[in-house]
Amino acid sequence: MQSKEHSRWINIGFQVLGIIAALGFTTIILLITGAPPLQAFQQMIFGIAGSMNNFSNVLVAWIPLLIVTAGLLVTFAAGLWNIGIEGQIILGAIFCTGVLRALEHSTWSAGIIIFLGILAGILGGALWALLVGLLKTFGGVNEIFGGLGMDFIASVMILWLIYGPWRRPGVASLSGTAIFPERLSLPTFSGVQISPWSLVFGVITIVLIYFLLRGTYIGLKMKAIGKNIRAAFMLGVPTWQYMLLSFVVCGIFAGLAGALQVVGVYHRLLPSITNGYGFLGLLVAMLINFQAIWVAPIALFYAAINVGGIQLPIVLKVDSNLSGVIQGMLVFFVLLTDGFRQHFLKNR
Amino acid sequence: MKVELRDIHKSFGTVYANKGLNLTFDSGKIQGILGENGAGKSTLMKILSGFYQADRGEIFLNDQKVVILTPADAMTYGIGMLHQDPLDFPPMQVLDNFMMGAKGGIFLDRSQVKRIFLRQSKEFGFDIDPDNYVDTLTVGERQQLEILRLLWLGADVLILDEPTTGISAPQKKILFSTLKILASEGKTVIFVSHKLEEVGELCDRVAVLRAGELVGEVDPPFDNEKLISLMFGKPVLKDQRKKITPGQTVLEMHDVNLEDYRLQIRHINFKVFEGEVIGLAGMEGSGQVLFLHACAGLLRPVGGEIYLKNEAMVNKTYIDYRQKGVGYLPAARMEEGLVPGLTLSEHFSLVDGNRSLFIDERQAVNTCNQRIKEYDIRGRASTKVEMLSGGNQQRAILALLYDSLSSLLLEHPTRGLDVGSSIDIWRKLKSRCAHGTAVIFISSDLEEILTYSDRILVFFSGQISKPLDVTTTTVEELGELIGGKNWESTR
Repeated sequence: MQSKEHSRWINIGFQVLGIIAALGFTTIILLITGAPPLQAFQQMIFGIAGSMNNFSNVLVAWIPLLIVTAGLLVTFAAGLWNIGIEGQIILGAIFCTGVLRALEHSTWSAGIIIFLGILAGILGGALWALLVGLLKTFGGVNEIFGGLGMDFIASVMILWLIYGPWRRPGVASLSGTAIFPERLSLPTFSGVQISPWSLVFGVITIVLIYFLLRGTYIGLKMKAIGKNIRAAFMLGVPTWQYMLLSFVVCGIFAGLAGALQVVGVYHRLLPSITNGYGFLGLLVAMLINFQAIWVAPIALFYAAINVGGIQLPIVLKVDSNLSGVIQGMLVFFVLLTDGFRQHFLKNR
Repeated sequence: MKVELRDIHKSFGTVYANKGLNLTFDSGKIQGILGENGAGKSTLMKILSGFYQADRGEIFLNDQKVVILTPADAMTYGIGMLHQDPLDFPPMQVLDNFMMGAKGGIFLDRSQVKRIFLRQSKEFGFDIDPDNYVDTLTVGERQQLEILRLLWLGADVLILDEPTTGISAPQKKILFSTLKILASEGKTVIFVSHKLEEVGELCDRVAVLRAGELVGEVDPPFDNEKLISLMFGKPVLKDQRKKITPGQTVLEMHDVNLEDYRLQIRHINFKVFEGEVIGLAGMEGSGQVLFLHACAGLLRPVGGEIYLKNEAMVNKTYIDYRQKGVGYLPAARMEEGLVPGLTLSEHFSLVDGNRSLFIDERQAVNTCNQRIKEYDIRGRASTKVEMLSGGNQQRAILALLYDSLSSLLLEHPTRGLDVGSSIDIWRKLKSRCAHGTAVIFISSDLEEILTYSDRILVFFSGQISKPLDVTTTTVEELGELIGGKNWESTR
């Protein structure tokens, strides 16, 4: 027992080391760009927790990241790299926008229109993911390449819609389609941006995924496929069917995230509607070593870094992409120190 | 080179693989290491060859203490290990594979290396084309390639871990003569095995391990019974053959044609009856696997029909065959049989056919514990399968197959298992036969085929003999058929 306790401290030590290394590296980059590092970090912290509004912005970023990462855990469980996640979020947003546009002037109640919009978004994400899955199972196209291709198609599609058929009357611009009427937005807490409905969706997602992967036959079969597809097949698991299923499940959540971006955050379709949450989700999933229990806190942390960075260009004239640097460095250094740790423990 | 291991300890989690082992290997000798599965043989050899590091203990080479951290370290000291599964590069050419691990500059002098390769290979009577691709070689040839490579890299101590599993009888002969040549040249040969006859035929001295400890060192002439009782701590009794009267047809092949990219089998007409055991003999790669795959729906015939209990299985998949009561036990346990990273109880949940959404964990553990007891698997419900020893993995795969199978198809059911585990596995299989399951199995061990089969099919490069009745067949007859002789008489 004593040695177990001992190695736990070693583990924590290495993780802290990873975080310090990431921050150190970011500091170096700040110094190179000529920005005062301390002030930059201070600004980021202010951006996160400086006011109720700032914190609600963190939550606004947290929900889609949480949902997307949770979805990705399903494809990762089946041993699949769903790089197509960005495209799936985009399709979710497009489908949702489509329904909202079609029903905007109908006499139906706003609640039903929003509900249908979200449902359509889920459908869009699931379809786009299914395509990647079909390409893999029947076309022999590796899901990484297929997903990347579908990402490109999706991002071209969204631009075409925004500049073409769905352009704002008069001006077609990067600022997206015309804003939907107030009634087609998810209701928010008073004075801040975050909607209780988004929170509910986020919580439901993470609970569903946690139990799917932990206590169900479906999750077990997916894990078996991910760890050894040949043996899983020999043990009677219908492998390609479950691989498709895992894509669809992930697509459902990606689509949900995309739809929530439309009805809950931007109230229109934007070229950058995903905010890169798909790729960020991949990073978070790796950082937490695919453990569902860690999705919520680490996604919150990442959302906070994202939002914290927004202050930087205004105050310090530093590009807000610094957040991306920190996020990337964190994953990199945590994985790296974990590698060192295993090496260290093995050689002892 | 004289190799001395002193007080070697190694544990994996709570499992002790080596408990204070002391052994000395002299140069110019072939030293056998004998022990049942999980006795700690492989672990000890992996420590000597740098794959693992001992928790405690010392290694001396020619009375010099050395520290071996990696296989590359071991190689610089002149220790080379031939692994149970060849560690080579199937998509590469033989010659490139041969040069792997050699020290040298950036550029390769292929023609010179080729000359060395051919000369060495001739010396031992090997026949490998250096321009061939490794994946076209048989297991035996890959082993020969690996031996040549290790010697070229300067191995002075050669460790062979169960080298005779999966190679043909003539290849075994060549291997043994090679090892004797090497010993006569003053090299130290360490031969790890659980097969008594081989150890007896080859070794100058045998160390017996049991449960991670050295239980005895024996010099020739070897007494098999003594070795067995050392290995197991008690004498092992074989079961007597019981005559089973076959029942109804469970599987029928009607004019079936099979083929893969290098082999064709034409016009198979064959019936398998309830409760009988069919042994498939032949050199590896003669078509046995094609045949067995077809019986399981893993390979679709290019012509003809397969019937399971009189139902035609047209365009059916392996999953359909499974549902019809066909079980398949692949040879590669960790590649095809079990899922590393999942626990035993998760494996039983995976196959329990339960259609509900949630797994009842308590019940899963109960079922698992029951099977563990029934099949004498040394492991717990929460043990991950990769932590089990080979014999226990095999028992686990067998336990995962449903009880009420109509036919059970097995690739090398006891490959790599010791005598005790093998007898145990066959006891389980025979009790399934008594309940009506037909067993069809591939084995390269003629003794096993003759001991357990009711009828035997011999395969020779895509030809299949007529079914031979085991009671009227001798080892010599089988051996000749396997080698391609006397085929006229079997049609």
